[in-house]
Amino acid sequence: MDDIAVTVNGRRRPVLADAHTSALEWLREIGLSGAKEGCAEGECGACAMLLAAPDDRGGTQWTAVNACLVPVAALNGQEIVTAEGLGSPESLHPVQEKLAEAGGSQCGYCTPGFACSMADEYYRSDRAPAVAGEERGPNGFELHSLSGNLCRCTGYRPIRDAAYALGAPAADDELAARRARPAPVAVATDVRSGGGRFVRPVSLVDALGMLRDEPGALLVAGSTDLGVEVNLRGLRPPLVIAIERLEELRTLSVGTNVIEIGAALTLSEVERGLADRVPLLAQLLPQFASRLIRNRATFGGNLGTASPIGDAAPALLALDARLVLASSDGEREVRLAEYFTGYRQSVRRADELIRAVRIPLPLAGVAGFHKIAKRRFDDISSVAVGFALDVDDGVITSARIGLGGVAATPLRAHATEAVLVGAPWNVATVRAASKVLQAEGTPISDHRASDEYRSHMLGNALLKLYSAALIASKEVPA
Amino acid sequence: MSSLADRPVNPVVGLSAAHESAALHATGAAMYTDDLAVQTAGALTAWPVQSTEAHARVSVDVAPAYEVPGVVRVLTAADVPGLDDAGIKHDEPLFPGEAMYSGHALVWVLGETQEAARLGAEAVRVTYERLSSCITVAEAIAAGSYQGIARTVARGDAAAAMADSVHVFEGVSEVGGQEHFYLETQASLAVLDSEGQYFVQCSTQHPSETQAIVAHVLDVPASRVTVQSLRMGGAFGGKEMQPHGFAAIAALGAKLTGRPVRLRLNRTQDITMTGKRHPFHIVWKAGFSADGLIQALDATLTADGGWSLDLSEPVLGRALCHVDNAYWIPNVHVHGRIAKTNKTSQTAFRGFGGPQGMFLIEDVLGRAAPVLGIEPAELRRRNFYRQGQRTPYGQLVKDAGRLGTIWDQLSRESDLEARRGEVAAFNATHAEAKRGLAITPVKFGISFNFSAFNQAGALVHVYKDGSVLINHGGTEMGQGLHTKMLQVAATALGLRLEQVRLAPTRTDKVPNTSATAASSSSDLNGGAVKDACEQIRGRMAAVAGRLLDVDERDVRFEGGFVTGLGRFDERLTFAEVAEAAYLQRVQLWAAGFYRTEGLHWNPDLMQGSPFKYFAYGAAATEVEVDGFTGAIRVRRVDIVHDVGDSLSPMLDLGQIEGGYVQGLGWLTLEELRWDETDGPGRGRLLTQSASTYKLPSFSEMPEEFNVRLFEDAREDGAIYGSKAVGEPPLMLAFSAREAIRAAVGAFGPPGRSVELGSPATPEAVFWAVEAARATMAEAAIVAGDDDSDSGLVTAGVTGA
Repeated sequence: MDDIAVTVNGRRRPVLADAHTSALEWLREIGLSGAKEGCAEGECGACAMLLAAPDDRGGTQWTAVNACLVPVAALNGQEIVTAEGLGSPESLHPVQEKLAEAGGSQCGYCTPGFACSMADEYYRSDRAPAVAGEERGPNGFELHSLSGNLCRCTGYRPIRDAAYALGAPAADDELAARRARPAPVAVATDVRSGGGRFVRPVSLVDALGMLRDEPGALLVAGSTDLGVEVNLRGLRPPLVIAIERLEELRTLSVGTNVIEIGAALTLSEVERGLADRVPLLAQLLPQFASRLIRNRATFGGNLGTASPIGDAAPALLALDARLVLASSDGEREVRLAEYFTGYRQSVRRADELIRAVRIPLPLAGVAGFHKIAKRRFDDISSVAVGFALDVDDGVITSARIGLGGVAATPLRAHATEAVLVGAPWNVATVRAASKVLQAEGTPISDHRASDEYRSHMLGNALLKLYSAALIASKEVPA
Repeated sequence: MSSLADRPVNPVVGLSAAHESAALHATGAAMYTDDLAVQTAGALTAWPVQSTEAHARVSVDVAPAYEVPGVVRVLTAADVPGLDDAGIKHDEPLFPGEAMYSGHALVWVLGETQEAARLGAEAVRVTYERLSSCITVAEAIAAGSYQGIARTVARGDAAAAMADSVHVFEGVSEVGGQEHFYLETQASLAVLDSEGQYFVQCSTQHPSETQAIVAHVLDVPASRVTVQSLRMGGAFGGKEMQPHGFAAIAALGAKLTGRPVRLRLNRTQDITMTGKRHPFHIVWKAGFSADGLIQALDATLTADGGWSLDLSEPVLGRALCHVDNAYWIPNVHVHGRIAKTNKTSQTAFRGFGGPQGMFLIEDVLGRAAPVLGIEPAELRRRNFYRQGQRTPYGQLVKDAGRLGTIWDQLSRESDLEARRGEVAAFNATHAEAKRGLAITPVKFGISFNFSAFNQAGALVHVYKDGSVLINHGGTEMGQGLHTKMLQVAATALGLRLEQVRLAPTRTDKVPNTSATAASSSSDLNGGAVKDACEQIRGRMAAVAGRLLDVDERDVRFEGGFVTGLGRFDERLTFAEVAEAAYLQRVQLWAAGFYRTEGLHWNPDLMQGSPFKYFAYGAAATEVEVDGFTGAIRVRRVDIVHDVGDSLSPMLDLGQIEGGYVQGLGWLTLEELRWDETDGPGRGRLLTQSASTYKLPSFSEMPEEFNVRLFEDAREDGAIYGSKAVGEPPLMLAFSAREAIRAAVGAFGPPGRSVELGSPATPEAVFWAVEAARATMAEAAIVAGDDDSDSGLVTAGVTGA
């Protein structure tokens, strides 16, 4: 086993841990107990810490992530900062000072995590004073950056006020200065202990070679799904191969015929990199879990698990996305619509990984992503629907609708699409198609929603899309 | 008692202080029980073996666990030297031979590491002999499965008054439960020291009871057990009774192994093992006069108590004492009983039955108003208590006039009248979104119904350098009790806030304490701290009087200095007086005590005056309901709440806002779902993690949130004129439920009663909207307009 080490709060610390040990467990073992376990599944953010990640200009950005989900082995050679590293009771960091002053802590258990999530946004390099919006402060602070942190005491108002009162980092702020230098590179890692093995190959060739030789290996990027299985269901995979830092999986290019998104880019990176270039994704991404999760989660991971309730699939199905599957033998492109074969199953072979997602251009003119959940932030869909329609001269010329949560796999609403294509884009068409859409899939009843509600939500999603499109067309004078 | 409420000049109480641990919280330096545990060398970790059956006789083979490397010991019933019970009702065996619910801990495995303990627990073989079970309240009612004592609150002749009423409504209201979801799960750390003393650090609201349970399980006197509650990462009632058994397991492990034992439940264990807010099933009938005055209320409330009694009886008692909320009901007959079901044993949760009781009357009024043709706000206002009226259990409603004053102030300050017009205009132009605006009151009784709990102790030390250390019996769970107690002590001793320090809550400092619960810990412990401080101040005044050459009655303590009336030229520091007092052999420490005066309660008759006073408040909430999905947005909340003269305004605001949002979660979002089928998972909690049990996040925070404290509100019978604040604001969230009802109603024809599920989740709201639309469509057909839903899509445009 190689020696591994992580730089924590500016100090390099050797790591003695099992392959499955989370960063949270390890931090607490070395005496940094500011990070807490509130849920062990990336829902509450009490374990949030800051990770030095590469930004898109060769520098570093401080990204808040859930320490409970990341294996500490994945942090070999990396730099992290915890609440203890931001400041001390005698010398509070600005985010800590504002939280304390504003009454942002009551029981205090969630507070170190909030401090880290707030620091992520505090150090966002393009944060600047702006017109305050529904979820944005006058200092440009995006409230979505706190969407992955739960507080049971305050009701959130004082935490929001603390966030909106933050200024810019001072000239001598070390963490701000750190952003100018590159983030640590990915370090080849091979940890074997606790009955498991964690490997980080540093080239795609090595990764694909291992995958060919070890068909039982589990690929991991952000570990936002694997971490839950490890923590809650006691999964102890014999071999995990980490691929999220492979450069070939981190491309983002906008061509004339296709947009290619590296499968291991974090969703936050995709969100920033594409901005509003793909409206359907611009609608999807803020609703995808929380910022803490998006700072680690990837399209590759979300599609790799082939979960029927992942939010990416319905949107990408509507975009007619293709997946680039890579193996030692080369690459092949598969349409996402043909990728899923069953519950958590796909056409991806054991020796393949998802290298990139390709979205064909031009994009459809009418796009919408509808997520039905109990909560607006940080929830799992009971139903998710992605729409991409082309309307030419009042007639629907193409229609793609992706559905999640209504069958064993994400699927396309082909019957509805057939009703729409060639029909006029009006209330009568939409009504008729909505009835068809309501009957697509085979939704079940569970603790999230009843089958009947799910079906109604499918149909209503189209009605709502039409209503929103109509409002938009009236609001913008032609 | 008026001196209890009097404030000296320049008091430290009344200032907006930050939480005393705020800097520790924000930097991660604040320690919680399990933080202490991970830093305790050699500590073993305890892990439960949980039943997978809702009700079964079990036999457990622990031998395979010992095959797992790192397993040190498996704790079973045979290991218990004392009483094998985790509660005070003696119906909660720690090591049950009969599993009473899915998730019930059967035995505990101690491991060198958490991984070893977990794997050891997995290795334990349990065989089940399935027994019949009740999961729902309906099943329990059908099976006649009850526990504890049923109670009735009655006044007048409800049956006769009902018969005479112009309007009679009846219905069934189902009130959902609620998981506490304190961010810090249950945690204990037990150490057996060299002197044979058990030192148990525990995240508990009730250290004295934790101590008593540990002592009876170990069969040792209470004097050999010390329980410390440093701070809790939230509790909300969930750590009033629930921690005792876990503390006892840890202490038993420490006894048997001689090593420290840590026990911290993970989230899934915590949700599947510990009690929650009681769901209630309520059958009711209510009579109104022609002008909307309530004449009679007749109801049967069935609380779902779960598998054991726990605090179900007092919770039911408080529910029965709050069915009136703020309203005068001349004839009342409300019967309460406790169902026994094979679920977690439901327990205290902020409000303690009060919310469920109030749910009934607010549901009645909300359903009746459209049929009576009276604006719901007007209907509520009309039925308020007036000065001199008594509650159904016979207590005079003190300061009843405050209800109307608060209501009118809130109506004015929230611009209610104008906004009603705006909401109506919005609704007239939007077919697929409707807004609702509602205002509801809260009247909540303060004191423990169980009179003996209304006492508290404190121990205050003044050191000869003038520094002050206070101990009291209350625990800190985030509510800011310790900060308030520091403010009380600083006020009573005439010091600046930073001159007083507070020591962790421990049973060897202040014995026989009450739970930090019932919102009354500031009242009780504040009284005790003040008493102790005043004893010391009195003795120091005698010393200072001699030094300053004034009568001791003319000595003043303020801002850290001691002066004599009229002697402006000379002042002593507090430290100088303390030093002089020490040299003169004057006692500089004192034990304080407080008991609430004037309470009496007969639980058999359910009559008396159990409460010292009532906390009042009102909230106005505006929501928007999405007709496509049933999703709601809380657009604006305005609150005026009565905390007496606030001890600490920022903390009180925090309690009000936090309570409101927690109530909002209970009423609109948080949903406990159990497997009610006869399948292999029967009785299993389906929402057993943060990903399936959703509590409010940032997206549920009201977009506009205005909270004001009711001013000039001195409460004569309480510490420095203040009032309790912990629980009452939770019930302000009924205004959100009623606003949703109003918005749903706007999808249907006027005059239609709206039934709304609880919690009013998007799905529940959606079905209510569908029901309203269906009535609208029927009405339209009757009126000859068969194109009634033509506005479905296009009407959204009109408002754009």
